[in-house]
Amino acid sequence: MTIHLKTLNEILHNLDEKKHWGTKEYFINMGPQHPSTHGVLRFVLKLEGEIIKEIIPILGYIHRGIEKIGESVSYRNFVHLTDRCDYFSSIINNWAVSRTIEQALNMETNDRIETIRTIFAEIQRIQSHTMWWGVFGMDLGAFTPFFYGFRDREFLTSIVEETCGSRLTMNYIQPGGVLYDIKSNFIKRIKQYIQYLRPRIEEYEKLISDNVIVQKRTENIGILPSEKALSFGSTGPVLRASGIPLDLRKNDSYGVYDKVKFSVVIGTKGDSWDRYWIRIEEMRQSLNIIEQLVDNIPAGKHMVTKYTTKIKLPVGYHHSSIETARGILGIFVASDGMENPYRIHMRSPNYNNLWSITDMAVGLKISDLVTIVSTLDLIIPDVDR
Amino acid sequence: MIISILKDAIASKYESFVMQDSKVSIDTNVIIKLSKFPEFMQLIRDDKDFKFDILLDHTAVDYIDENVFHLVYHLYSSSYNHQVIVLVEVPRDKPVVSTLCNIWRIAEWQEREVFDLFGILYNNHPDLRRIFLEDDWVGFPLRKNYKDNFMLEK
Amino acid sequence: MENLNSLSTNNQAVILTNLEKILNWARANSLWPLTFGTSCCAIEMMMATGSAHYDLSRFGAEVVRVSPRQADVLIVAGTIVKRMAKPLKMLFNQMMDPKYVIATGSCTISGGPFIYNSYTTIRGVDKLIPVDVYVPGCPPRPEALFWGILVLQKMILQNSLFKNKKKRYRPVLAALPEGICIEEIHSEMKNILKSKKYL
Repeated sequence: MTIHLKTLNEILHNLDEKKHWGTKEYFINMGPQHPSTHGVLRFVLKLEGEIIKEIIPILGYIHRGIEKIGESVSYRNFVHLTDRCDYFSSIINNWAVSRTIEQALNMETNDRIETIRTIFAEIQRIQSHTMWWGVFGMDLGAFTPFFYGFRDREFLTSIVEETCGSRLTMNYIQPGGVLYDIKSNFIKRIKQYIQYLRPRIEEYEKLISDNVIVQKRTENIGILPSEKALSFGSTGPVLRASGIPLDLRKNDSYGVYDKVKFSVVIGTKGDSWDRYWIRIEEMRQSLNIIEQLVDNIPAGKHMVTKYTTKIKLPVGYHHSSIETARGILGIFVASDGMENPYRIHMRSPNYNNLWSITDMAVGLKISDLVTIVSTLDLIIPDVDR
Repeated sequence: MIISILKDAIASKYESFVMQDSKVSIDTNVIIKLSKFPEFMQLIRDDKDFKFDILLDHTAVDYIDENVFHLVYHLYSSSYNHQVIVLVEVPRDKPVVSTLCNIWRIAEWQEREVFDLFGILYNNHPDLRRIFLEDDWVGFPLRKNYKDNFMLEK
Repeated sequence: MENLNSLSTNNQAVILTNLEKILNWARANSLWPLTFGTSCCAIEMMMATGSAHYDLSRFGAEVVRVSPRQADVLIVAGTIVKRMAKPLKMLFNQMMDPKYVIATGSCTISGGPFIYNSYTTIRGVDKLIPVDVYVPGCPPRPEALFWGILVLQKMILQNSLFKNKKKRYRPVLAALPEGICIEEIHSEMKNILKSKKYL
């Protein structure tokens, strides 16, 4: 009996390569409960091997119908609902509704109110960006930035809680002023915090930005050129990373932003690395703004109208917008003169930033998709409202 | 404010496109005739005086007494830094309008949201289906005559 | 558990107990939660479990697992809408016995600020899955979540494994510590509102 031993080369030579060693296309679900989709966002991915051919986001897992609820509550109660949409920076959302109502009624507020509102908005922006930075590190696989980001956010939360009364959903900026006046400790604690955070940002740059792995994983990944960014309706750091200097704090000034000096940070290429370091630089600019304002808060009342007066907007359409930490938040009201709005609509920044991913992520691998979703900085209850 | 100057400028330059008699008595907005609507949007994006390159927002308002929908488009220009709101009036029993996906790409998903909540149909849309609610949901929730046994009314 | 020194020889300690108590003690002090946060309450839950100021690992519940096959307790944080009900039920069914549920935040207890005029919100997560501990708040502080976990640990220690297996204890609202009753809190609130120091 003969024993015929085949070598590996002979076996491989005889096989038909495409039939046995090629890859097929298949669908996979990155479901609503997932550690790195930042909430309940579901993706259906069409993959070939590990390369993404098509990506389909599926929404609606936290759609609570806020716009329908808004038709049966009064304007003051709607402010309370808006800060559950983008909950990392809820005071800024309240400002959008208040600005719309104040513009429609031609209500003038005094300087103290505007200064306090600006300071709190910048505090919320720093809170949102430190938290984003922590979660970004965790998405890439490093667990240490998570603790650092949460710890820095926690210091600010306790400062804000002393004045506003709540840690996450503040309901602080009302049409006509702010709800409570600032406490006596506030200025001292904020100054201590600024001294604390400035050297920390340098330390974080050495930890993450100078890291070769982070640089390789974010450079030239998810490039969004400027024409596409405009056509996709992106705003906020996503648009500024592509080179367009659109920042409502400069273009359409509200609060006391026209009296302080700060610069708008613009990127060049529009890839994930640009979206990353823009936010770190924005934290520094926010610290500059707070430092210029915190010593010179003018005296005055903290609320111009009484809290219990009923608000009725004149008949017609009213709208205005605010720059949040993620983009332009707009409020559109169609009013018929009654106490409840006839139709109220929130233009959410995250909903419009999300859809550029159908163009950016094609041709990349799944781990690049995680990086892109992380640098787009999405909050899913704001996408679904 | 910037917006009112723009409204007059647009109304004077594109006078043949603007609708003069609207059923709803709301003033000072640019209301376009339905038949000339897609042409107007293409012109206003490429116009050198206006250059509206971002479609910030698209939504709808339901006027059940006057039997119309008002479709609202909020345009912004990043080079000139001005904005305007453009309206289109659509009859309530035949809510069909043409899509703007070829002009601004975000319109594809903003129109899906308006279809999901109001039931307005768009011609030539590549993928018109529901986005927030399940595919077998009956009815359009943000219309004024929407009835639902599940909802608790106050 | 009894520590009988008289039985010890050469200064070695002996503890007498029964199997139920040991198993309950081990189970209560090593709860593994499942990450299920849909909306704002999820941030306070992450603050409690993951961050450095409020440390959950001293109660043994630090290891947060993503897969339901490896988790003990499901902490539901955030509003549940109709579309999310089916994945939630699937996750709960995939968890293995014995399993516990903590419902944090007012959205999971009764629907929260979205009760009226919302066409999708489910008014209370106990219409879908059986809940053991309710933690109220909007959002609840991390210390309130710790109190809820401690109450759950007490419930587990009293549970019996071998007799009356199917019996479930009545669900508990983890808001008040022992010794304080609701009437005292009501009277304190009345005094505060009368003095008009706030607002």
